[in-house]
Amino acid sequence: MNTTLEKLSPWLFTIGIFVLWEAACRFFNIDTFILPSPSETFAAMAQHWWPLMRHSFVTLWTTMAGFALAVAFGIVLGLIVGWSRTIYRGLYPVMIGFNCIPKVAVVPILIMWFGIGEVPAILTAFLISFFPIVVNVATGLATMEPELEDVLRALGARKLDIMLKVGIPRTQPYLFGSLKVAITLAFVGTVVSETVGANAGLGYQIALAGSSFQMPLVFAALLLLAVEGIAMYAVFAYIEVYFTRWAFRSSMSAAA
Amino acid sequence: MTASVDIGNVDLTYKGVSGGVLALKGTTLNVERGEFAAVVGPSGCGKSSLMKLVTGLVPADTGEIVIFGDKVRGPVKIAGMAFQNPNLLPWRKVVDNVLLPLEIVQPHRQRFRSHKAEYREQARALLATVGLDGFGERYPWELSGGMQQRVSLCRALIHQPALLMLDEPFAALDAFTREELWCVLRDLWQKLRFTVILVTHDLREAAFLADTIHVMSARPGRIVMSKPVDLRRPRDLDICFEPQFIEIVHELRAKIAEVRQA
Ligand SMILES: Nc1ncnc2c1ncn2[C@@H]1O[C@H](COP(=O)(O)OP(=O)(O)OP(=O)(O)O)[C@@H](O)[C@H]1O
Ligand SMILES: [Mg+2]
Repeated sequence: MNTTLEKLSPWLFTIGIFVLWEAACRFFNIDTFILPSPSETFAAMAQHWWPLMRHSFVTLWTTMAGFALAVAFGIVLGLIVGWSRTIYRGLYPVMIGFNCIPKVAVVPILIMWFGIGEVPAILTAFLISFFPIVVNVATGLATMEPELEDVLRALGARKLDIMLKVGIPRTQPYLFGSLKVAITLAFVGTVVSETVGANAGLGYQIALAGSSFQMPLVFAALLLLAVEGIAMYAVFAYIEVYFTRWAFRSSMSAAA
Repeated sequence: MTASVDIGNVDLTYKGVSGGVLALKGTTLNVERGEFAAVVGPSGCGKSSLMKLVTGLVPADTGEIVIFGDKVRGPVKIAGMAFQNPNLLPWRKVVDNVLLPLEIVQPHRQRFRSHKAEYREQARALLATVGLDGFGERYPWELSGGMQQRVSLCRALIHQPALLMLDEPFAALDAFTREELWCVLRDLWQKLRFTVILVTHDLREAAFLADTIHVMSARPGRIVMSKPVDLRRPRDLDICFEPQFIEIVHELRAKIAEVRQA
């Protein structure tokens, strides 16, 4: 009984939140322009289903494109940074500094360079999500047991051997752990860019509906965004468990 | 017999941000080919550092290290090593963990892909000699600590190294498992006759296994006593209760107490 309850609990909590939200809206008689109730939100979703679908799809693919770039670039940069202490020390302050720049400030620059459209959204998603991947991959390499390295070096292993045989495989749980974080960040990046300047995507839809006070539509778009985020997170959580089963079974645990 | 490891008057300093640490000073040590040498000494005296010097993982400040006639300039490429922590790769099966050195050491490295089946058979046979028959296809986390340490020993020996370096390999095990593994190591050594340098805190372990026991001083470490162990071979565990054995352990104990005072 307990396990079925545990399995159902995410659904129960989600439904519970909607019920509370609906009740609060009705009980306090909250104006739709302030906070639309779930029923109004779902009604708006049904009414505008086609544009919402279209915008959801745009947001999804631009996010995935930016995320794919971030994964490729993040792995390469993470391996480089984790490879050598000198590069690590040299690049780390630059990366921290870069990560501190609010990406919303970068979007206008990207729009100036590439024009209104999907490209700035992809690049913003990329810029915001590659950092955790780099850090985790580099950490995976840097935390290699020194004794294991000694064992291999005493056999005449070159740095490349050690990386291929030990470093890169042991980085996997760190990498897959970081993908879950990165994918949600990528959504944030895309939507920020779409809100600032775009002609498609959920961010654009939110900005547009907001400017014409269609609050139920704004909330419908927000809900769809959350659904996309949860779905992608679940996909990468599954991939993580699938590819790094050994890390879950052995004591070595993945970084978040 | 010729010397296989010859350490001549070596100093070693670790450079750090808060000044250097002088780990070894004027250390001299000779190990014959095929000899089983043990190194004991107080904690932090530089035993692990000595292992790194011999395998060329850290360079000495002064002095010379010669291994099988060659001066050590960089990592030696032939030594098998095992540590207190088995350090197995959790994503590889036991047999693939044992095979790891063959993917690195010449000439196996080149033949590895084409002769994989043959090498796997060798690894299984070696695992069987340490009592791990049939565990090759399991993952390390399915094994107990003592079993993992056996795998670690196999990994250190699979490429038939001329030199085996062991840094407190049995320190984390319970007394019974430890004695069992003494016998495993003894049998492997009797059969293959590689040169061994064993670092240990356990004086009984040193006396049971070694031909010569070297006692190090407190940091900066150097060898203050080299005690030959003239116990009969092959030795069995009962030897640990014989007066001659107990006398050796007492003598070592007194010496270490003395250098700790100094
Ligand atoms: N990588 C390092 N950097 C700086 N100092 C080090 C390093 N490794 C060891 N030392 C110093 O060198 C000295 C000897 O260390 P070592 O590890 O060789 O001792 P040990 O005899 O193996 O000790 P234990 O018996 O506790 O394992 C210690 O004082 C330690 O502080
Ligand atoms: Mg040590």
